[in-house]
Order: sequence, then structure tokens, then C-alpha cells
Amino acid sequence: MATAAKVSPASAGRSAVVLRAQRSLWQDAWHTFSRDRLAVTGLVVLAVITLGALVGPYVWSDQGKEIDFGLSLSGPSLAHPFGNDDLGRDLLARAMLGARVSLAVGVSAVVLAITLGTTIGAVAGYFGRLDNPLMRLTDLFLSLPVLPLLLVLVYLFKDTLQRTIGLELGTFIMIVSVIGFLNWMPTARLVRASFLTLKQREFVEAARSVGAPHGRIIFRHILPNSLSPVLVAATIGIGGAIITESTLSFLGLGFPPDQPTLGRILYEAVNYLDFAPHWAIVPGLAIFLIVLAINFIGDGLRDALDPRRKI
Amino acid sequence: MGRFVARRLLVAIPTLLAISFVMYAILALAPIDPLAGFAADPRVPPEVRENIRRSLGLGEAWPYRYVKWLLAAVQGNFGISFVSRSSVSDLLWQRLPTTLAVVGVAYIVGVIIALPAGILSAARRNTVTDHVISLSAYIGFSVPTFFTGVLLIIIFSIKLHWLTFLYDSRVTVHDLDSLVVQIKQSIMPIAVLGLFDAAILTRYIRASMLENLPLDYVRTAHAKGLAERLVVLRHVLRNSLIPVVTLVALGVPAVFGGAIVTEQIFHVPGIGALLITSIGNGDTPVVTAVVLIFAVLVVGFNLIADVLYAVLDPRVKYT
Repeated sequence: MATAAKVSPASAGRSAVVLRAQRSLWQDAWHTFSRDRLAVTGLVVLAVITLGALVGPYVWSDQGKEIDFGLSLSGPSLAHPFGNDDLGRDLLARAMLGARVSLAVGVSAVVLAITLGTTIGAVAGYFGRLDNPLMRLTDLFLSLPVLPLLLVLVYLFKDTLQRTIGLELGTFIMIVSVIGFLNWMPTARLVRASFLTLKQREFVEAARSVGAPHGRIIFRHILPNSLSPVLVAATIGIGGAIITESTLSFLGLGFPPDQPTLGRILYEAVNYLDFAPHWAIVPGLAIFLIVLAINFIGDGLRDALDPRRKI
Repeated sequence: MGRFVARRLLVAIPTLLAISFVMYAILALAPIDPLAGFAADPRVPPEVRENIRRSLGLGEAWPYRYVKWLLAAVQGNFGISFVSRSSVSDLLWQRLPTTLAVVGVAYIVGVIIALPAGILSAARRNTVTDHVISLSAYIGFSVPTFFTGVLLIIIFSIKLHWLTFLYDSRVTVHDLDSLVVQIKQSIMPIAVLGLFDAAILTRYIRASMLENLPLDYVRTAHAKGLAERLVVLRHVLRNSLIPVVTLVALGVPAVFGGAIVTEQIFHVPGIGALLITSIGNGDTPVVTAVVLIFAVLVVGFNLIADVLYAVLDPRVKYT
């Protein structure tokens, strides 16, 4: 492929080489990805939901704050396509605000988890002396009972953080860091494994022989080559983090009541399942669609980024 | 073999010690006073409050308290609940069997669904059957457990009136009628967890079978003239289930997490529900004990999986 692009038209005419524009690795991955119907569907669904969460609250006339007891618990209608909650607030507006928080928590928690995991995995894989203690630490974290611990941590530190930083930001930072600190282990294992194999390879040896310092070898040579499994893990991790956040909110230990998140809306709806099932179905379906879309994208990425599967 | 198990046990003990220490430290250093509710009451004079603190053993430095707590916990004594004033281990023993029963039965249901589904999906890969099974599995583990529970309640309790959604712990099985009642109230909590387990297991089994199918020993089996059925069930399946054991062990924390949610939705009186109530009440001794029990369960199941893996796969060296 690389040579085909350089061949002059005349010689290409003689040899029966099919001319094709040169594609970079990322274009190649995109090519495979875009042929995966489920992955593309996931991407479209996620894009629509994200757009709705980001732009929706500015476009939609209702802000989800107007209380109207006349509309209390009423089902879907033209003016309120997703129906209303017990205070008569518009559920579409609240779901859009909730999706915004849920997506923000998911992405931030994963950024934290991936950063931590990549750092620990890279150090463990590159510097042999630190490998054993760091992997013991990873094993220890992997055998933690995550959800009980999350519940306890949130309960213990929520009040202090809310008092010092503010109600909404405090809860956000709290939840993001707790989820991040309890989910870095799979990434660390992946990164360590690929560092262990890559550091034995010739190109790394070559870099070392010309005197490249450790930092340069790690960041320029090994890390870019071990990123694709991390990218896949990160994508799927966003879905997991969103479920975790919703679970916390659903158990009543997440965001404060005036801050709608998808899990929180569902938590409030549970006592009204018999009169207003739509109230619970709207946020639940939203979480499900987001997570399903993310899982499809993650799977598509895995196939697209793994060169062994391209035969 | 015995030495292998012993060595694994020796690794599990420091893990549990580390977890219990970290957890105790977090709870002790957290900026939350277990007597906060008391502190707000102006009728309680400060010296009385101090006496209560001391009677609850909160007067000493926390590392000292940890050692005392640990020595007692090893003997099965987790102290006294701040709220109910009964022994924490009694509370745990009342609740633990329920949780283990729900999780265990759900797991069996999951295996019963996942085994045929995973095998069929791999054996007929890229057919309509495979696509339907794979997509269902995908949907199954993308639905959060709390939403599955809510959906089941809406469908079977509210719309169809078939099942009650409140679990009644007073039901004891002594005749056929009470057995029916018990089964009817257990169906939904078990289904929520079981479907989640089934979805995850199906994916693992399918992926593992697909890795084994193109291998040489499968071709040999075909070349001997064995029927497809025998090749898949006798040769491929056995080898494919080995890695599944490890993957299942890694998923144990998620399973118990799901149990907490399920118990909360259906009001099943297990240790997950106990944890949530105790957190709400600020009942530190109970919270500590329940988190420790969850840690013991997770480490224990990991240990079992490790040993099983070594038993099942002769290529694993007992080191």
C-alpha cells in the first residue's frame, strides 16, 4: 500500500497494481469501524443523546424547574413528550439535564481511572524493580468489594466536600474521584502487559542504543503502541462509570435532590411506579441506551484497532 | 496440590488484613461523628456525651482500636450495633443466608441459561441464532440491575398483578402453599440477578469457544469422523470452560454489587440492605462488618477460582 501511492501513473498502468490512496493507521481503523453496523448505530445514538444533553436545555422551552401541580404525574403529552413528575416538572428537560451530569461523571471518572492505570501500568512494566509491589497493589484493589466501599466512601466524605467546595461541585468531584480510584486496575494490567512485551522489541532497543532517555522511550516509543487496548477499555469504562454513578444515585447516596441525574430521577420515581410508570422508564431507558451505545462503540473499536483481526 | 492451596490461602490472609486495615482507617479518620445525631441534641450535656463515647470504645486512638477490633473479629465478634444495640454478628448471621441464597440461586439460573445459549451461539456463529443470542446478551449486561428490577415490577406486579414486589421475610416454608408464596416472592429478585449473570456468562462462553474452535485438536476430532455434536460438547466445551472460571471470579464483586441493588429494590432482608440501612443510620460497627464480609466473600471466591483453575487445567503449575 505504501509503495503503491508513490508509483508513477505510467508504471502503474503497466503493472496491474490497483491504485489506492494511502491510508494512515487511524483512517484504516475508521474504515473498519464504519463498516460495523452496530458500532455506527451506537455512535449515532450516543451522538444524538450527547447533543440533546449539551444543547437540549438551551433549545427546549421548559427548564424542568417549573412546578405545576395540575400536571402532577401526568403521562406523555404533546407539550411534555416524556410526561411529568410528582411536582409536575417536565421530564424531557430533567432527563436532558440528568444525561448531562451522567455523561460528565462517566467521562471524567474514566479519564481519572485511565490516567492512574496507565501511569501505574507503565511504571510497573518499564521499571522491573517496581513491578512486583505495584502488581500486588493492583491485585489488592481488584479484590476490593467495589460497590460497598463506594457507598461507604461517599457517605463518609460527602458532607465535608460539600461544605468546602460547594454542594454540586463537591458531590461531582467526590463521585468522580471515588469511581476513578476504584477502577484503574484493568487498565494498569493491560498497559503493564503491553509494556513488558514492547520493551523487548527491536525498535525500543534501537532507541535505547542511540541514547534516548527513559522518558522519551516511554512516551514516544512504547506508549503510543500500547494505546489501542487502553482506548477500548476507556470506552467501555465510560458505560461502567455511568452505571456506577446511577447506582449510587439510585441508592440515595449520589447527587443532591435538586440536581437531576438519571439515577436520581429513577430513585425518585420508584415510589410512584403504580401511578406513573413513565417517570421511571424515561431515565432508565436513557441510561440503558447510553450504556448499550457505548458498549457497541467499544466493541467496534476493539475490532477496528486490533490488527490481528483484519485478515 | 495441598501445598498450592495452602500457599494461596497464605496470600489471601494478608490481602484481607490489608483491606480490613484500610477500611478501618477510612472509617476512623472520616470527618463523620457516629454520635452526630446526639451532638445536635442540646439536652445532652457534654460530659454525658463523652461518657457515651467512652462506653462505645471511641475514646482510644484508632490503631489501638483496630487491633482490638481485629482480634475480636477473628473470633467472630464484631461488636455491638450503635442503633439496634444487638450483637453485629447476630445481625450478620440473620442476613447472610438470605443474600447467599439469592446470589447462589441466581447464579445457577444464570449458568442454566448461559451454557446452552453460549454453546449454540458459538457453534452456529454468524447465523441468525448467533446474532439473536449475542444481541440479547449485549442488552442483558447493558441494562443496569436497578432498571431491570423496576421494569419487572412494572410489568409483573403493576400491569399483570402476578407477583408481589415486596419480599416478606416472615414467610417460612412448611407446606405447599407457603412454598408457592416463597417461590412467587423470590422470582423477581432472582431473575434480575440471574439474567445479568446469564448475559455475562454467555459472552464469556461464546468468546472462549470461538477461540478453541479453530485449533488443531478440533480438526483432529473432526478428521476422526466424530459427529459435530460430540466434537463441540465433549472436546471444545470442556477446554473452553477453563478460562471462563477465572473470568467468573473477576466478576464476583459485580455480582455482589448487583445483590445490594436487588435487595434494596425488592426489600429483601440480606446484608446488602443491612449495609444501606446502617450507612443511613451511621451505624459504624455494622458498616465495618458488612464491608469486611463482602471482602471475605470476594477474596474467597477468587481463591476458589484459582484452585479450580489449577485442578481443571493440568498445564497450570502448582506454584
